[in-house]
Amino acid sequence: MNPADELELAEIIQNTTAPLAIRGGGTRPIGGPVAGETVTTTAMNGVVLYEPGSLTIVVRAGTPMADVEKLLAQNGQRLAFEPMDHRPMLGSTGTPTIGGVVAANVSGPRRIQSGACRDFLLGVRFVDGAGNIIKNGGRVMKNVTGYDLVKLMAGSYGTLGVLTEVSLKVLPQPQATASVILRGLNNDDAQKAMSRALGSPFDISGAAHLPADETSGSETFIRVEGFDSSVAYRVAQLKDLLKSSGDIAVQTDSVAAQKQWSDIRDVTAVSAVDGDLWRLSVKPSDGPAIARLLKAKAVQFDWGGGLIWAVVQKRTDLRSALQGFNGHATLVRANTSTRRQIATFQPEPAPLAALTRGLRAKFDPKSILNQGLMG
Amino acid sequence: MEMPIPDPAILAKKSSLIDQFLAVLPSEAVIFDEHETRAYECDALTAYKCPPMLAVLPSTTQEVSAILRICHQEGVPVVPRGSGTSLAGGALPTADCVILGVARLNDVLETDYENRIIRVQSGRTNLSVTGAVEHNEFFYAPDPSSQLACAIAGNIAMNSGGAHCLKYGVTTNNLMGVRMVMMDGSVVDIGGAHLDASGLDLLGVICGSEGQLGVVTEATLRILRKPEGARPVLIGFDTNEVAGACVSEIIRAGILPVAIEFMDRPCIRATENFAHAGYPDCEALLIIEVEGSDSEIDDQLARIIDIANVHNPVEIRESKSEAESAKIWLGRKSAFGAMGQINDYMCLDGTIPVSSLPHVLTRIKEMSGQYGLDVGNVFHAGDGNMHPLILFDANKPGDLELCEAFGADILRLCVEVGGCLTGEHGVGIEKRDLMHTQYNKQDLQAQLSVKDVFDPKWLLNPAKVFPLDSTTSRRAA
Repeated sequence: MNPADELELAEIIQNTTAPLAIRGGGTRPIGGPVAGETVTTTAMNGVVLYEPGSLTIVVRAGTPMADVEKLLAQNGQRLAFEPMDHRPMLGSTGTPTIGGVVAANVSGPRRIQSGACRDFLLGVRFVDGAGNIIKNGGRVMKNVTGYDLVKLMAGSYGTLGVLTEVSLKVLPQPQATASVILRGLNNDDAQKAMSRALGSPFDISGAAHLPADETSGSETFIRVEGFDSSVAYRVAQLKDLLKSSGDIAVQTDSVAAQKQWSDIRDVTAVSAVDGDLWRLSVKPSDGPAIARLLKAKAVQFDWGGGLIWAVVQKRTDLRSALQGFNGHATLVRANTSTRRQIATFQPEPAPLAALTRGLRAKFDPKSILNQGLMG
Repeated sequence: MEMPIPDPAILAKKSSLIDQFLAVLPSEAVIFDEHETRAYECDALTAYKCPPMLAVLPSTTQEVSAILRICHQEGVPVVPRGSGTSLAGGALPTADCVILGVARLNDVLETDYENRIIRVQSGRTNLSVTGAVEHNEFFYAPDPSSQLACAIAGNIAMNSGGAHCLKYGVTTNNLMGVRMVMMDGSVVDIGGAHLDASGLDLLGVICGSEGQLGVVTEATLRILRKPEGARPVLIGFDTNEVAGACVSEIIRAGILPVAIEFMDRPCIRATENFAHAGYPDCEALLIIEVEGSDSEIDDQLARIIDIANVHNPVEIRESKSEAESAKIWLGRKSAFGAMGQINDYMCLDGTIPVSSLPHVLTRIKEMSGQYGLDVGNVFHAGDGNMHPLILFDANKPGDLELCEAFGADILRLCVEVGGCLTGEHGVGIEKRDLMHTQYNKQDLQAQLSVKDVFDPKWLLNPAKVFPLDSTTSRRAA
C-alpha cells in the first residue's frame, strides 16, 4: 500500500487489525523479520517549507534523501548530522528517504560535534497505530512545549507510528574541509590521540580510526571544517598537538577530504568484508579493550572510539564481550535465520523493557506496526 | 490560575506520612512545620503561592526511592523541586503535596576528560558543573540566565537553554544519561558515557517532561573544551525589520555565532538608565558573539560587520578586549533587572521562526497600545526564542490579569506564525491552559499517554503542563 497522504494512511491503519510492515525507500532492512502487508511512505513526498535564513526545512517523510540534499546544497546548507547511505553495507537497492533516516536516527561521524539526527529533528507528524494523526514539536529551534515526542519518534523504526512529515534544523556548508591523518597507530594509541584532539579547543568534527589489515597500515582521521583561514590554523595547531603521535599527514583538498569522510560515514572498508556486521556504541576509552574481545575480522572506530563497526564470524552473538561495559550492540547485517536467533537491538534491563512495552502498547494498541523489528 | 482542590483524605495522612518519612530520613530532612514549609510555597513565578503539606530533602538516591515508595503507596502527590527558579510555576506546590527537594544531592560523582563527560547529582547548580571542570579549561554548555542558582534537575525537567545554545544546543543535546527514580520507587539507569541510546529514546522524552515522569537523581553530562576566546560585536539599527533581516543574512552566510541577542528600544532605554552601558540610542540592537582564536574571531567579526554595513547600521562597536566585551554584555545581562526597576514584569518565552521577527515585533507593539501595558523585548534572535517583558503593577487591582491576557495573546501570535508557546522556560502552570492553541486533542492525548506509562497514578507534579480539564479524570483515578 502506498497512501497518497496522511488521511489515507490514517484510514488504512484505522481499518486494519492485521500487521503492517512500514517502509520508506526500503534501503535499511535493519531489525528482526517483519510480517504483514507493506505500507510505504514514498507517495507522501515533497518539500513543505524551506527557510534558509531560519535554518529550517520541513519535508514529507517519503521525500528522497537525494532531493533534500540537493536542495540544501543549492543554498549552501546541509544536514549536519551526516546520515550514512546503508545501501553498500546492506546490499540493498532503492531510494533512501528522509523518513527512513529519522525512523532509524541515522547519524554519521559529525555526531560527536553537532549531534545526532534526533538533535536536529524539530518536529514530526505521524500516524499512530490506532490511526490517529499526531503532531509534536514544530519548526523552531527551541521548543519545550509539552513532552518531546519528537525524540521518541527518532529511532523508533516505525514501531510507534508512521512518520508523515519531519522538520529539521539545517546548517551551513563549510567553506573548507581538511583531515589530519595519523599513520601507524595501534588502537589504544589512536583512541588516546583522538581523545586529545577532541579535548582541544579546535572544534573537531570527526575522529575515526581504521586499524591495520593485511594490505595497509592503520590510519587515524581527525576532521576540521570551516572558513579557509580557520581550517588552516586549526590543522596547524592539531599537527603540533599530536606531533608525538608519530607519522602525520594532512589532506587539505576539501573534495578529497570529503571523500575520506563519506567512506568513513558509510563504513565502506569494513562493509566489504564478509560476515555479520555489528554496530557498538560504547564509552570511547573502552573502545580498544572491547575491540580486542570481539575477535573481529574487520573493525572501524568512529566518534573518537565510541562507535565501533565490526564484522565477525556469522551467527556469533558478540554481546557477551560487552559484559561489564556500559553501552550496547546492534546487529546491523546478518541473514534472516541469524536475525531470528540473535536480537537486533540490545535487550533492555527489565524496568526499561517495561517502559518500552508500555509506550508501544499506547502508541500501537493493535500491535500492528513493524511487529518483530525491535523485538 | 485554577489548581486542584486539596484532597482532605490526603491532608488527613499528614502525621502518618511524617512518621513514615522520619523512619527513612534524618529528622532535619523532613519539614512539616507550617512556617518552614512556607519556604517552598512558590518558585520564581511568584504571582502564585501555595505552601505544600510537607517537604522532604533527601541526600541519596536510596532516600528518594524510599520517599517515592511511601507516597506511591499512600497515593500522595509529589512535586519535585530543584532550586525553585522556574519562571513557569514548574515547582509550584499543591496544598496536599509533598515537595521533594533535591538540593542536597549536589556531589560531583565522576569527571572524565578523556571521554568528555561529568556525572553529577541532580541538585548541583548549573554553574557549579562548569565550576568543577573549568580549571582544566572545560565547561558545560547550556547556560540559562539563572545558572548561578538553578539545578541540573530543573534544567533536565524544563530542557533549559540559554544564550549560547545557537551553537551548543540546549540541555537535551548535552544530556547523555540519567539515574531516575520512578514514582513507585524503582530506580532506572538510562544512557551513560556512550553517545546514543539503544532502543527507544527514553532519555529524549524524559528531558523536558517537567518532573512528571520520574525524579532524576544523577545526570551524565557532556562537557566541552573551552574555545580559545570569544568576543562580541554590538550593532544598532533604525528598525526592527532591518535588524531581523541582518540576523537571517548572517546565518545564511555560513557564520555560526555562539549567540545573537536582540534588544528593542524600550529595553535599550531601560538598561541605559539602569546600567549605563553606553548603548546607542536606536530602535534595535544586536549583540553577536563569536568564538575561536584571536584571528578566527577577527575574521568572523569582519564578515558580520560586512553584512551589517549593507543595512546602514546606526552604530557598530566591535570588542577588541575583555573589558570591551564586558561592557557590551553589561546592558544585556542587566536587562531583566532594569525592567524590574521600572515596574513588576512578566517574562514570556515563545519561539518564532526567525523570518517572522519583524511582523511579530510590530504586532506586539500594536497590542501593547491596545492593552495599555508597556513591553520590552530582549531575546535570543538566532534561534527565534523571544522574551517579551510585559510591565504591570502588581498592587493595582486587575493589572496582573490584564498582563496575563496580553501575554496569552502574544503566545497565540507566536503559535500562529509557526512558533511555539515556550522555548526554554517550560509550560508549568503558566502556559498550561494555552496548550490547546498549539496542540489538538489527539496531539495532547499522545503526550498524556506517555505519562500514563511512567506514572500510572498521576502523582508526579500534578496539574502542570496539560490543561487542567484534560487531566482531571486521570488525577482522580
